[in-house]
Amino acid sequence: MTWNFDILPDFIFNGLSLGAIYGTVALALVLIFKATTLINFATGELAMLGAFLVYVLHMEQGLWLWLSMLLAMGLSAGLGILIERSLTRPFDPADHLPVVLITLGLFLIINAVAGDIWNYQVRILSNPFGKFPDWVPSVGGDRFIMVFGSRLKYQSIGIWVTLALALFILGLILNRTKAGLAFRAVSSNVDSARLVGVHTGRTLGFGWAIASAFGTLGAVLVAPQLGGVNPNMMATILIYALAGAALGGLDSLGGAVLGGIMVGIIQAVFVTWGGVVVLGQLYMSILQLAAAFLVILIVLIFRPSGMFGTRRVERV
Amino acid sequence: MIDDVFDEVGLKVEDLHGSYGAVEVLRGLNFEVPPRNVSVILGANGAGKTTTLRAICNMCNTTGKVTLGDTDITRTSTAEIVRMGMAHVPQGRGTFPELSTLDNLMIGAYTRKDNEVRDDVDRWFEIFPVLSERSNQMAGSLSGGEQQMLAVARALMCRPRLLLLDEPSLGLAPLIIEDLFERFTTLNKETGLTMLIVEQNANLALDMADYGYVIESGEIALSGTADELKNDPAVQEAYLGA
Repeated sequence: MTWNFDILPDFIFNGLSLGAIYGTVALALVLIFKATTLINFATGELAMLGAFLVYVLHMEQGLWLWLSMLLAMGLSAGLGILIERSLTRPFDPADHLPVVLITLGLFLIINAVAGDIWNYQVRILSNPFGKFPDWVPSVGGDRFIMVFGSRLKYQSIGIWVTLALALFILGLILNRTKAGLAFRAVSSNVDSARLVGVHTGRTLGFGWAIASAFGTLGAVLVAPQLGGVNPNMMATILIYALAGAALGGLDSLGGAVLGGIMVGIIQAVFVTWGGVVVLGQLYMSILQLAAAFLVILIVLIFRPSGMFGTRRVERV
Repeated sequence: MIDDVFDEVGLKVEDLHGSYGAVEVLRGLNFEVPPRNVSVILGANGAGKTTTLRAICNMCNTTGKVTLGDTDITRTSTAEIVRMGMAHVPQGRGTFPELSTLDNLMIGAYTRKDNEVRDDVDRWFEIFPVLSERSNQMAGSLSGGEQQMLAVARALMCRPRLLLLDEPSLGLAPLIIEDLFERFTTLNKETGLTMLIVEQNANLALDMADYGYVIESGEIALSGTADELKNDPAVQEAYLGA
C-alpha cells in the first residue's frame, strides 16, 4: 500500500469537475421529479441527443461552438416541451407507471435512432475549454494552473464557471419570473396551483424544457472526457447523476448539484485514488459504477429523502 | 364581461352529478348562489359538501350544468374558471408549504396582468399583520390560523367575484374562528364579494350567511334563507344542537 497523498489533489480536482457534470444531469432529473415525482429515465438520452445536435451544428455545419451549444439547448428545450405535451400529459399524473414506462421507452428509442443516424463510434466533439487565447497563462504549454502543488486543469475551472453561471440563471428564472413562480407552485401543490389559475400542463412543459437544456449542457461538458460523443455516452453518467440526485434529495435542486459533486468525489477519491493508486488494484476502476449503486442503496436505506430533500409528512 | 351578468344572476347549479371513479358522490344538485350574498352549505361528514365545491370548479368528474354569470363552465378547466373570477380555498387550506408567505400571495395574483399586485399584497399585510411578519417564512411553517389567513388572502389576490371556502374553521381555535368569520362578513359587506361557504359549524355559518343549503347523501335536502334554516326544527336538531 502506497499512500500517494501528493497526487490526491489531482484526483479531487478531477472528482470535482466530473461531479459538477453529474450535478448538472442530476439537476435535469430533479427538475422533473420535483414537479411530477417521476424519474425521467430518458434524461440521459435526451442529453446525448442534445450533444449530437451540437456535433451537427458545430462540427458539421461549422457554427461557433458556444452558439451551437445555446442552439442545441434551445432545441432540446423545445423537444422537452413536445414530449411533455404529447407523451406525458395525456396520462393521469397520479398514476406513475405509464409515464415511467414511456420515459424508459424514450430511452430505448432515442438511443436506437441516434445509433442509426450516427452509428456507435465515438465522434470527436470540440472541447468548449480546449482552446484558450494566448493571454491565458499556461505552464510549459499545458493548460492548467498549479494549486497545492497539483495541476488544476483549465477545463475543470471552465466547467465550474459554466455550471455556476447556469445555476445563477436557473435561480433567476425560478425566483424572479412568473413562470418560475408557477413552476415552484406546481412542484409544491398541483391542486392549489390549478386553483390560482396556473395551467399546470404548460408549467410542467416549462420544467421539461429547462431540464432538457440542462441535460444537454451536461452532455456537452462531459463529451471531452469521454473522447467525444456517441449514442451510449450518457448511460453511466445517468447512473452517477441518479446517485447524486438520491444523495442530495430527489426534490432539492441545490441538493442535486451537491450530491452530484459528492458522487464525483467518491468516485475519484475512494475508488480511483484509494482503490487503484493506494491499493494498487487496477481492477478497482471498474467498481466506479458499483460505488454509485452503493451510494443509492445506502441513501435509500438510511435516509430516503437524501441530504436536503423534504421528508414526506402526511398531515391528517 | 361576465362581471355585469354575474352581478345579476350569480352562480347556478343544475342537476349536478359528481363522482370520483365509480363512486358517485353528488346525485343531482340544484341550487343558486345569489350575487353579493353569502351562501352556506351544511351537511354531515361524507354528505358531499367538499365534492360540491370541487365539482363547481371542475376538479372531479361531473355531469349536469354549472353556469357562472351567463357562461356555462361545466367543461371549463379549473385554471380557466379561476381566470373567470372564481377563487376557491380548498379544505386543508391548500397553501404552498415550500413557498414563502410572500410568494404564496404573489402566485395568488398569477392570472392578473395589472400592476397593482404589490399594492394588494401590502393591503393584505395591513389586514393580517402577522403575515407581514412571516413574509419570508415558508408557508408550511405557519400556524393553522396563519395558514388559513394566508389561504384566504391568496385566494382574494386574484380579485375574484365569487369565493368558495371549504371549512375555513377546521382545526382553528374558537377565538380565531370568530375573528375569521367577522372578516368574511366585513369583506362581503364592504366589497360585495359573493361567497359560498362549506361549514361544519352551522351556528356560526348561519349567523353570517344570507342563504343556506343542507346536503344529505349527495342531494339538497333543505334550502332557504339563513333565518328559515335556523328556525327549521330538523336543522336545529341535526346541525344546531338544539
